[in-house]
Amino acid sequence: MTTAEPTPNSFRNQPDENGHFGQFGGRYVAETLMPLVLDLERHYRLAKTDPAFQAQFDDLLEHYVGRPSPLYYAERLTEEVRKTAPEGKGAQIWFKRDELNHTGAHKINNCIGQILLAIRMGKTRIIAETGAGQHGVATATVCARFGLPCFIYMGAKDVERQQPNVFRMRLLGAEVIPVTSGANTLKDAMNEALRDWVANVHDTFYIIGTAAGPHPYPELVRDFQSVIGKEARAQLLSRTGRLPDMLVAAIGGGSNAIGLFHPFLDDKDVAMLGVEAAGHGLDKEHAASLAGGRPGILHGNKTYLLQDEDGQIAEAHSISAGLDYPGIGPEHSWLKEIGRVRYDSVTDSEALNAFQLLCRTEGIIPALEPAHAIAAVEREARKMDRDQIILANLCGRGDKDIFTVAEALGTTI
Amino acid sequence: MTRLSSAFSKPHAALVTFITAGDGDTAANLDALVAGGADVIELGMPFTDPMADGPAIQEANIRSLGAGTTTADIFAIAAAFRARHPDTPLVLMGYANPMTIRGGEWFASECNKAGVDGVICVDIPPEEDAELGPVLRAAGIDLIRLATPTTDKARLPAVLDGASGFLYYVSVAGITGLQQAAQTSIDEAVARLKSYTDLPVAVGFGVRTPEQAANIAQVADGVVVGSALVELVARHGSNAAGALQDYVASLKHAIVAARKA
Repeated sequence: MTTAEPTPNSFRNQPDENGHFGQFGGRYVAETLMPLVLDLERHYRLAKTDPAFQAQFDDLLEHYVGRPSPLYYAERLTEEVRKTAPEGKGAQIWFKRDELNHTGAHKINNCIGQILLAIRMGKTRIIAETGAGQHGVATATVCARFGLPCFIYMGAKDVERQQPNVFRMRLLGAEVIPVTSGANTLKDAMNEALRDWVANVHDTFYIIGTAAGPHPYPELVRDFQSVIGKEARAQLLSRTGRLPDMLVAAIGGGSNAIGLFHPFLDDKDVAMLGVEAAGHGLDKEHAASLAGGRPGILHGNKTYLLQDEDGQIAEAHSISAGLDYPGIGPEHSWLKEIGRVRYDSVTDSEALNAFQLLCRTEGIIPALEPAHAIAAVEREARKMDRDQIILANLCGRGDKDIFTVAEALGTTI
Repeated sequence: MTRLSSAFSKPHAALVTFITAGDGDTAANLDALVAGGADVIELGMPFTDPMADGPAIQEANIRSLGAGTTTADIFAIAAAFRARHPDTPLVLMGYANPMTIRGGEWFASECNKAGVDGVICVDIPPEEDAELGPVLRAAGIDLIRLATPTTDKARLPAVLDGASGFLYYVSVAGITGLQQAAQTSIDEAVARLKSYTDLPVAVGFGVRTPEQAANIAQVADGVVVGSALVELVARHGSNAAGALQDYVASLKHAIVAARKA
């Protein structure tokens, strides 16, 4: 059974022709970049309807990335939650196992799509920004696979705290450029990548790592990541004959979440929950743009941002470097405003508990990003009936996070 | 005649000078720009994420915000400047978020009250004109658009549609204050732009020296100098006025001597 085609009243036919999702999205870039994003859009429109492009994308996802990723019923976690749930409560917990992808996260899906687009456009040099280094590693990986020079901008602070990923990127042949402007973190790395792009407009393709940035990035990243939701939908139908009652995914920029949600948006009985990082708490330092921010313009799009009353951008905080960004993809801002998706948040310490719970009950070490989703799954599942299904995206594995977790738990390794 | 159109009606090219608001003694620095002979003042609105700027202006933004500069402070600086200098055009330059966060109407109204003549918003291209264009035009404030080496013939009409005041030609594909464009490429670009518009064309990005300014002044209607001045503020801190005035005077001397062909 395939995903339903979008109808005129569909939630799945955004953005409009100018890249707007309601009032969000758009193309807020310097004039120098405007012709480039228009050119990218033209090429993407052609690629999207070219069966050869789709076939090459599918082939690489199958044989290089290792898709489809499994859909897994987490029986012991389900039982664990039921122990403390009210009588008759405790939904069945299922995971989409995108942590089993090559390079260990969902990021690679998007990178495969974008590098094929770069090659199609005749670009010969790749740049990207990275926070924790997962998108940097995925970008460096596809650049090695296709023999293109790769330059990764990474905040100097992140370079310090993510040494294993810096080394991985270098092994893969990428040049990692520490960014010392601003606060030396992900948003500054994105500024610096944009500055590089402006100065190298003719040969350079910018592989943005999340479903944000100027149109058409939010759309194309979503489309490439939608493989997650399409597979999950077909897999759950074939295993159980039904659709899930609720989808859950962690949100930084929101690419894994939109990838899972989008193919289900028109299934009106499927509830969806996006989980932002509440850091030390919503009244303290956090990274929950929807819960604690308001609409503004940054990095090419209009979306919810953490900012002060003058529109100066605030620093985000999360124990998960992948969620540590003061903005969110514009489609999520729209889905929040129209009420199709519910958004909630999970603190650092709740995520750490969920991280350990999954390790112990299922033998899976998750990344700290999906640990946020797992914490929300626990919270939601105990309110749902036992015959209901809650499906979360396990968007990354935790190997990269063991140092952070050890430190947080007071252990030296 | 508006203040801006007067500034571009002189027998020489207009000297357009940029400094960042709230960086150093801004009032004294603005006075120094005028005393040195600046024809148009661009006042930069600091932003945490100045994506189109090179290191000099990035650091100026950090210094200004670090000192606690608010949007209210910037409009107070502008209003006080207008009171002291009734004839010198003042343009605010900056990024979309601080300009739109309280709504375009609020921004246009504040500009009006402070005597601001024009606005340059780096990251609002013609495609997103609805954010600020209509309210600025209604308030009689010039919306100054940017053309760049990547703005081709097909795109130029969209850039010019709704533009007023002057056209700012960004002479290099890059960020502020670093590379400089070859003079021949500037000559060609200005000639091309002037065949499409009657707006004055001012050239900026990477223009630092009196010699460069003089060369540009021979073909263009205006010369924009920013990073070189911002660096003087960085070097001299709160006592930058003297150095600014001398440097602006040297630029102005070169531009007047060059005369427009």
